[in-house]
Amino acid sequence: MERQITCINCPVGCRLQVTIENGQVTRVEGHGCKRGETYAHQECIAPARMVTAAVPVADRNIPVSVKTRTPIPKEKIFACMKQLAVLSLKAPVYMGDVVLSDVCDTGVDVIATKTVE
Amino acid sequence: MKIIIIGGGVVGCAIARQLSRYEADITLLEGGVDVAEGASKANSAIVHAGFDAKPGTMKAKLNVDGAKMYPRLCQEVGAPYGQPGAMVLAFLPEERATIETLYQQGIENGVEELRIIERDEILQLEPNTNPNVQCALLVPTSGLTSPYELTYALADHAAVNGVTFIMNAFVSQVRKEDGRFVLETTKGEMQADLIVNCAGIGSGELHNQLSDRKVKLIPRKGEYYLLDHVQPLLFTRTMFQCPSKMGKGVLVSPTLHGNTILGPSAEDVEDASDVATTAQALAMVNERSRMTWPGLNLRNVITTFAGIRAHEENGDFIIGAVEGCPGAYETVGVESPGLSAAPAIAELLVGQIASENQLSEKMEWKPAPVRNKPFYAMTLEERVEAVKENADYGAIVCRCEQVTEAEIRAAIRRPVGATTIDGVKRRTRAGMGRCQGGFCSPRVLEILAEELGIDPTQVTKGGGNSQLLVSTIAQAMGKGDA
Amino acid sequence: MLSNELKQQVQYVDVLVIGAGPAGMAAAIAAREAGVENLLVLEREEHMGGILRQCIHNGFGLHRFKEELTGPEYAQRDIDKVQELGIEVRCGTTVLSVDEHRFVTAISKEKGVQLFEAGAVVLAMGCRERPRGALGTPGSRCAGVYSAGTAQKFVNLEGYMPGKRVVILGSGDIGLIMARRMTLQGAKVLACVEIMPYSGGLNRNIVQCLEDYDIPLLLSHTVVDIEGKDRLSGITIAEVDEKRNPIPGTEQHFDCDTLLLSVGLIPENELTQQAGVELSPATQGAVVDDNLQTSKEGIFACGNVLHVHDLVDFVSAESFRAGKAAAAYVQGKKRQGRFVEMKDGNGVRGVVPQRLMIPEGETEPVQVMFRPAAVYENATVVLTAGGKEIMRQRKRIFTPGEMAELTLKPEAIRQIESDTVTVDILA
Repeated sequence: MERQITCINCPVGCRLQVTIENGQVTRVEGHGCKRGETYAHQECIAPARMVTAAVPVADRNIPVSVKTRTPIPKEKIFACMKQLAVLSLKAPVYMGDVVLSDVCDTGVDVIATKTVE
Repeated sequence: MKIIIIGGGVVGCAIARQLSRYEADITLLEGGVDVAEGASKANSAIVHAGFDAKPGTMKAKLNVDGAKMYPRLCQEVGAPYGQPGAMVLAFLPEERATIETLYQQGIENGVEELRIIERDEILQLEPNTNPNVQCALLVPTSGLTSPYELTYALADHAAVNGVTFIMNAFVSQVRKEDGRFVLETTKGEMQADLIVNCAGIGSGELHNQLSDRKVKLIPRKGEYYLLDHVQPLLFTRTMFQCPSKMGKGVLVSPTLHGNTILGPSAEDVEDASDVATTAQALAMVNERSRMTWPGLNLRNVITTFAGIRAHEENGDFIIGAVEGCPGAYETVGVESPGLSAAPAIAELLVGQIASENQLSEKMEWKPAPVRNKPFYAMTLEERVEAVKENADYGAIVCRCEQVTEAEIRAAIRRPVGATTIDGVKRRTRAGMGRCQGGFCSPRVLEILAEELGIDPTQVTKGGGNSQLLVSTIAQAMGKGDA
Repeated sequence: MLSNELKQQVQYVDVLVIGAGPAGMAAAIAAREAGVENLLVLEREEHMGGILRQCIHNGFGLHRFKEELTGPEYAQRDIDKVQELGIEVRCGTTVLSVDEHRFVTAISKEKGVQLFEAGAVVLAMGCRERPRGALGTPGSRCAGVYSAGTAQKFVNLEGYMPGKRVVILGSGDIGLIMARRMTLQGAKVLACVEIMPYSGGLNRNIVQCLEDYDIPLLLSHTVVDIEGKDRLSGITIAEVDEKRNPIPGTEQHFDCDTLLLSVGLIPENELTQQAGVELSPATQGAVVDDNLQTSKEGIFACGNVLHVHDLVDFVSAESFRAGKAAAAYVQGKKRQGRFVEMKDGNGVRGVVPQRLMIPEGETEPVQVMFRPAAVYENATVVLTAGGKEIMRQRKRIFTPGEMAELTLKPEAIRQIESDTVTVDILA
């Protein structure tokens, strides 16, 4: 399988042609430097994103901002948002508090990035 | 006697104020969310001296009379007024004849201090004028106001003297039944003994429902540019160009708040509610403004807007009793110079109403409510005192125009108070500056919700379905009851 | 002239910092660490942190902290430091005026009008977004048109959605970030429209905010009409030619209730102008020397009020230098030397600093920043003084979306004999 992706390591934004066979990257073309090749492997085999969101807090008129502690598989972004949508957070929430552990069976916790007292 | 005034523009509110001197049960119905929502909020803000209208017309008489009433009226109700003067510029040799005609008309209409001046004097008085100018009519008595601020002040004064204001009450039908008027409105059916039709662009339709002598109003759209007050004022006067059959031509004028206004275009449109600006009209305004001001730079434009003028096909105001329909009075076809004429229209028409209906004057007519000086205009000492008295003066909500929380709350609590973001903006200038509400609108919205006791998602920009927020994030994420 | 009563209320402050965003906090921290005791920070919002408070996405701090933080987390590190150092910060306090003698007036609900005389002032007021009016886009003035940052504040700080079906005009980073935010929080983003043939945002944001969610990026397009009576009901876009004029016949219509504008940031320099400080037309911020001092002695500027940055890490670094320089100024550590002008050359816009001191004594390295005027691949930036090349540096790419930064070394500075240094990009 052939895929076209844009390298995000620097503003050049090389267009990479990636060949994937049996779940393995077998060929990368179009990269201007070594970092492009590494990125192609990672992005085509196991793309991951950190998810951030604003989540309502019961009885408070301001939401709390949260993030996944580390990136989670890209295809789980919306599933993660769904789990956050049904959370019932109560104040106080402190920066660093785990608001949701092991989101979507990724083993990654979602933590608060601000304090809502 | 139950009197209903239809329309809360500058004319309707001036009439409401004038009528509130008399013993009567007076209600003003406004179709929009606030007063001054139609032509009264979107025009050039000029108090014309009165040289433009044909001698002998209602326009000529009421313009000159109205303009002379302005300084005192604005002082009484607490509205801005200034008299920087104006010039009408002639660039082509054949325009000299137009200038001479305007001069003669002005003299006949009773405009004082008019003078025709030549190129050197023009450039001496207004050095940024296009040096190709040939001659000009100098009009020292030309004035400026803030049309919506005047309308709000008139409305407040009427309200403290007992006039009831009902917003969002659009009158679709009016008929006479058993000697009384029955009005179909978006707030239900209402009855009155006497009505005054001041419905602006809608006044023709109401007239035709009451009279066999039909009139036709043509919605004429005018588009404007407004420049920020960081642009130094390059003209101290209102600079007109020679008029054409479509209107007074494009003007370049200072406003009383130090902004520069350019416009209007003039285009007859089908839809009287069409106040969208267009690329073509704005390009025309830009191009024609350059004729007056070759150094024009649109870098400091903060907004563009359009207003609808109610042009009557015969070109004059129709003011008085509706023929063949006792108890009905009207102001129809009030386009420019309607703002200038408004005080005189009110005096003339209310005089007629009072004498024909034997209204008796009230024992006591209260003065207009006194409003504090705006924070931006206060001296340091005045600011020190203001914030000592009311801590809300210490919170600057609109940083561009230096509008405080105290003033925003006061605007909402006025007798005819603001209920929308735009209503707050026009009453206080919050959101009128270079960021156009980017910083302050969330806070203004919050204060409105708090003062009006409504949910933030119900707050509108300018009434109707113009909510700023569609839901909470909880609702949007599929949680909650939305 | 002040009345005698008011004169008695004037408080003397060694270093007064205006703004407690990342720039103001860094300047204050540096000033305190350099030994300034009598130090005060004025902040108009109710909280410290500035715009970072609403930037809840990740990607901050990679240069400074070597880890990837969200905006509130980055801000909190400085807030903690400010508190640890016991720096006085007055929130909810708006500065009303600054003059060239560093007389400052401010107001707050709690303390009313406050008057200060400052030994040094650090301007750190940040920037604001270009509004719709500045674009001259015709159409309705209905509700539903917001600058991207205003929408970001509604969603991230207040918990409200400004719309459901969204088009974004401008592909600056805030616009891209908001495309993803609105999508994640439950809205549908139909397109991101950019008038230039390239995006003003980082590649990373184009990939992770647009491509991840299949949001089309329409380059060389702009909005030509805005429709809707009360609330926005739709917009029309069109392709533009090289002069950025819409091409007739290329119109496309979108049904949407929201248009977010991400069309540029402008340094917030109203106070700066009041103080009579010279501004640069290229940056729209103050003209400064390599100490971040403006044309008025003792008034310093840093962060987005000086020139709009892409990375907060660089804002902090610049502001530390400004705070340190302000401290040195009030401590009487005067530099001796002569000034040379730094000039924008080919392909370069808004070199900062605009003035460079060639000191008599020891010379320190100087950070020079500028914005490339266009995209240049495999190009070289060259600094020339009186016909003599004093420095050159090659880069894979220069783009307007990324501020270029270079370090002018002492040996290069010592070579300058002329009155001007020109910065050029050579293809």
